[in-house]
Amino acid sequence: MTDDRREWPLWEVFIRSRRGLAHNHVGSLHAPDAPTALRNARDVYTRRQEGVSIWVVPSTTITASSPDEKDSFFEPAADKVYRHPTFYDLPAGVQHL
Amino acid sequence: MVTQADDPALHDAFDDLVTNDGRVEPRDWMPDDYRKTLIRQIAQHAHSEIIGMQPEGNWITRAPSLRRKAILMAKVQDEAGHGLYLYSAAETLGVSREQLTELLLAGKQKYSSIFNYPTVTWADVGAIGWLVDGAAITNQVPLCRCSYGPYARAMVRICKEESFHQRQGFDVLYTLSRGTPEQHAMAQDAVDRWWWPSLAMFGPPDSESAHSSQSMAWGIKRFSNDDLRQRFVDMSVPQAEVLGLTLPDPDLRWNDERKHYDFGPIDWDGFKEVLAGNGPCNRQRIEHKRRVHADGAWVREAATAYADKHADATMVRA
Repeated sequence: MTDDRREWPLWEVFIRSRRGLAHNHVGSLHAPDAPTALRNARDVYTRRQEGVSIWVVPSTTITASSPDEKDSFFEPAADKVYRHPTFYDLPAGVQHL
Repeated sequence: MVTQADDPALHDAFDDLVTNDGRVEPRDWMPDDYRKTLIRQIAQHAHSEIIGMQPEGNWITRAPSLRRKAILMAKVQDEAGHGLYLYSAAETLGVSREQLTELLLAGKQKYSSIFNYPTVTWADVGAIGWLVDGAAITNQVPLCRCSYGPYARAMVRICKEESFHQRQGFDVLYTLSRGTPEQHAMAQDAVDRWWWPSLAMFGPPDSESAHSSQSMAWGIKRFSNDDLRQRFVDMSVPQAEVLGLTLPDPDLRWNDERKHYDFGPIDWDGFKEVLAGNGPCNRQRIEHKRRVHADGAWVREAATAYADKHADATMVRA
């Protein structure tokens, strides 16, 4: 055990698996700084060429919606079915619409 | 006053979610016991991956060829990676990586007993890959559908990589088994020693399993210990035939009525001794881990000092 028990910060890791796709969250890791977090993310999450690009983001900087407010937070979208094309009945014979 | 912990509405919502095969995510409300069970299980799993590097690491410098050496290094590196995926999943439940490491080093959290057996010959590397990793895969594939999202996602990655581990083990044994008589005998000896401990990896019989029924109800566990053990035996017997090796159980035979292989009784008393800390390598494994953790302290300190020195906009304090 060391005297300096300060734990390294946690980083969230996002990987673009190939060009043309978005970065996806794959997990997290601890590292003392951003360059080390990137290197560690490469070793932990891309040992089999799972990625062509990596983002590491300090976990503490992520702002997330709260699961407790899930219903009220997402509720406004629930009664707007007219936003979906399937809401509309088309007369018979209409094509390319 | 109703506190959040015993708010029946939260309990009901949680029960509904797991009953309907939904997934629980880190910031959802969950019963304390569910959280504790997961922390215990994921931590034990993570520790097993980390301690599991030792028996195989033992053979890296003495692998019989450069090819085998490169493969074994990749496998041991995977085990480290698996430990990290799992620690990362455990941390989403509110424990820190450092806490978990300390609990392991203090002997307050367990790792799989299978790693308390020694790897005395090169063939043991093959037997671990084929049998130990094979048993682990059998256990772990259902965990890919575990009700706790981060654990399930970690298991998907792990299972993909474990397949390579099992095949490389099979390949080691297959090569030895068809080699010289001495090599064949070495392969057989390894299988003789690893077969029963591998069966014990599935845990106590269903009739005595302490955590099983609650874990099944929570969707953490999907199949019983005995069902998974049977599945493993059924898969292994034909593979042993291909290897040209025998499994050390005189009672092992096909049961046409059950459509499964029958197998002999497991010596649970012997395994309980290993579990209690009296196996061949229990002390050695933890002492080694303590020593390398202490030896690595300067690296952790240096990295922290370097980060402090170069602190810029991207640096975040814990």
